[in-house]
Formats: sequence, structure tokens, C-alpha cells
Amino acid sequence: MNIIKKLANIDRRIIFIVIAIVVIIPLIFKPKFPIVVSEPVQKAYDAVNNLPEGANVMISIDYDAASMPELQPYLEALLSHCFMKDFHPILIVQWQLGAPLGTQALEKIAAEYNKEYGIDYINLGYRPGYVAQMVGIGREIRTYFNSDYKGDLIEKYPVMNNIHNYDDIDLLIGLEAGATGQVWVQYAGARFDQRIVLALTAVSAPDAYFFFQSGQIEGLVGGMKGAAEYEILVDKPDMAVAGMAAQSFAHMLIILFIVFGNIAYFVDKRKKNKAKGGIK
Amino acid sequence: MITIGIWIAAGLTLCIYSFLYKDNPFYKFAESFYVGISAGYWLIYTYAYVIQPMLIEPIRNRGEFVLLIPAFFGLIMLSRWVPKIAWLSRWSIAFMVGIGAGLGVTGYIQGFLIPQIQATILPITGFNITSLNNLIIIVGVITTLLYFYFSKEHKGILGWTSRIGITFIMIAFGASFGYTVMARISLLIGRFYFLIYDWIIPIFG
Repeated sequence: MNIIKKLANIDRRIIFIVIAIVVIIPLIFKPKFPIVVSEPVQKAYDAVNNLPEGANVMISIDYDAASMPELQPYLEALLSHCFMKDFHPILIVQWQLGAPLGTQALEKIAAEYNKEYGIDYINLGYRPGYVAQMVGIGREIRTYFNSDYKGDLIEKYPVMNNIHNYDDIDLLIGLEAGATGQVWVQYAGARFDQRIVLALTAVSAPDAYFFFQSGQIEGLVGGMKGAAEYEILVDKPDMAVAGMAAQSFAHMLIILFIVFGNIAYFVDKRKKNKAKGGIK
Repeated sequence: MITIGIWIAAGLTLCIYSFLYKDNPFYKFAESFYVGISAGYWLIYTYAYVIQPMLIEPIRNRGEFVLLIPAFFGLIMLSRWVPKIAWLSRWSIAFMVGIGAGLGVTGYIQGFLIPQIQATILPITGFNITSLNNLIIIVGVITTLLYFYFSKEHKGILGWTSRIGITFIMIAFGASFGYTVMARISLLIGRFYFLIYDWIIPIFG
């Protein structure tokens, strides 16, 4: 009884330390855990993989540093996938604090595959007013993005020669830490029939499943787990795969905490009821 | 240069995590530093990537003076700081609300309402897993909507159906909570991964 009471009133700092240990140990020793690819991620992969040769893939960076561990691994895996298949990634940014993250990943992966800026890929950077912009791209992308992230006119880059609106974009992929993905679905998807795949932070993912069920998006990559599945699919295991063992151990620990917490709560409640002379 | 950046990032991460022990000056420093840097970065970015290329340059180089109209509306938003002329900002707000409502209503109907109603009209043919899934979706949508019907007391059939509805809502909350836990652990993994592989291991070669 005493142990249960102690567990119910455990110092939260002890819980923090235990969680830290449970996360750090698997990260160091890297035990291999099987990663099963789920249907939404498989479909996200297929949507990219089955694009025609030389396809233009628009990637929207709608997150910032706070969501980096969840979305950056997917961005890198996705860019690798695009460059492996000789597609043309066109990077745009809706969250201005995310701009350096997109640029960082694009430059790193493009260098790995010896791709040339302006010919194989382009970074158009950030523009304000995303709703008007999403509608505007449906007519002419140059209305909003007449220059790239360095301020150079896009006319000088061959990759942009034949890109004017959604008709010239084979797939739009939004990396989302908020509700911007829903706006892509609302405007680019519903109004212009743009094919869309969304990759979301785990917090936002449940809000996008109904788009996947209704067919409004072709694939869904949720959180670091989704990124790990994508890394497996492109055969480039990296940080997300390395983090899955730690994720599993931490989840097991949290389940144990919840079970113990509930047992302690009910035992304590029963004890109090007995002390009051109650029966419940 | 990269090494200095890694040390700064590692130091700030530890400052932020020190809050888990208790509030302290290191945490406060890191928090204020983050807010200041973010605001400064946002300001510079807005000038360099928005005001300069989308307003100043087109006016100066291409004579697009029509851009002075949105610039004027943008400027009068700042009139809220001067109580005497604060009313001017209402013009800009009215403009934004009008555009927002117009785009929002059409976007919502076209992008949410109609496709989601279509996605709920599903076939239930025979005893198979697809029909069972479709049935769960249909029952889930109808009973959840009935739970939010407040014009009649939730008794009898309405009481039963709304109880089924609240069960679906609870399951959805559970899934959301599970995903939220996963998200938070992912962020922790991301930071520890950085501390171990980008900071600690290179120190010891």
C-alpha cells in the first residue's frame, strides 16, 4: 500500500530522468526493431515513385525548427527519392522560420546526387499570404514567385521554363506542422485538382486522416514513425529509423506509467472511501 | 564555424532542459534569447524577402505604383498604436475579413463539406471487411452528429445513439493523445540524437 502511495506521489523529475534514460540507451546501442510500412506511407511513396520521367514535384515547407526532428528526416528521404528518380523538386516555403531548414536539406541532398541548381531543382523561398498564394499559383506561379530565394529572376533557370501553374506540377507535397496542409487541400486540391501528399507532425496527423480516407490526399506520412517508414522504402535508413527503438521503449514506459498511475488512483480512492465508511 | 554553432545549440538545449529541474536563470536566458532571435530573424526576413522584392523593387525598377495601395492599407494597420487615428486600421481589417470570409466559405464548402459528405456515402454490400469499415464510418459520423444535436433531451433512442457517438469521440481523442505522446517523444529523440551524435561523440573523437 505504501509503495502505491509513493508511486501516486512520485516526483515528476524522477519520471523525466527515467524517460531520458529510456530514450538515450537505445539511441546509443541502436537495437534493431522491425519497421512495418503502413498503407498511408506506402501510398505516399507510390505517389512519388510512379510519377513520369522528369516530373515536377512541388514541396512546401510549412514547419519550423520546433518540428524539425519529425519532418526533416522525411524531407531528406523525399528529396533523395526525387533525385534518385531524376524528378525536379521545386521548394516553396509558407513558414518563414522553416526556410533555412528547407534550404539546408535541399543543398545537402542535391550535393549527394550531383544535381545542379536551376536545372534539376530550385528553391523559390518564402512568400506571405498563403491562401491568396495557393489560389494564385492556379493561374500563374510567377505572380507570387517571380524570383527564387536569392532574389534572382526565375526566368534564368531552365527548370522553371515550363512551369506556370498546377497543371505543370505533377505532385504537391506539403510538410506540415499546423493547419496549412488543410488549406492546400481546400484550394490546390479541391479547386485545381492538384494531386497532394501530406507529411505531418504526429500532433497534426489525426486531423488529416479523413482527407486520406476521402481520397483528397494520396498519401500521409505521420511524424517520425512515418519518416522512418519512408526511409526504409527509399532504402536510406537515417535518424528516423535510429529513433524508432527509443520511441518504442519510451511508449512502453509511458503505458506502464499510465497503468500504475490508474492502479494507484483507484487503490487510493478505495482507501479514502473505506476511511469515510463508504461502500463504493 | 560549424563547431561553434553546435556548441551554442547544445548549450541552449541544456539551458532549456534545465527547466525540468526547476525554473532558473539559464532557462530564462535561453527563452529570452530564442524569442529575441526569432523576432529579429522574422523582421529581417520580412524586409529582405517581402518588402524589398515585392514592394520597393517593383515600384523603383518597374514603376508599379499600384502597389502603393496595398502598402497604404498595410501602413494604416499600424495606426492602432495611436488611439486618435486607430479607427483607420478598421479599413484594413475590413478588407482582410472580407477576403478571408469570401475565400474561406467557398474553400470550406468545396474542399471540406462536399468531399467529406461524398466520402461518407459508402456502399455496404455483403459480409466483408470493406463493408464493415464502411459501416463503422457511417455509424460513427451519424452518431457523432447526433451527439451534437442539443434541441432535444438525450433520452431514449437519441440517448443511446449519442452515447455511441461520444464513444467514437473518445476513441478519436485517444488516438489524438497517442499521436501527441509520440510527437513529444520524437522531439526528445531529435534533441538527444543531436546531443549524442553531433556534440558529445565528436568531442571524444
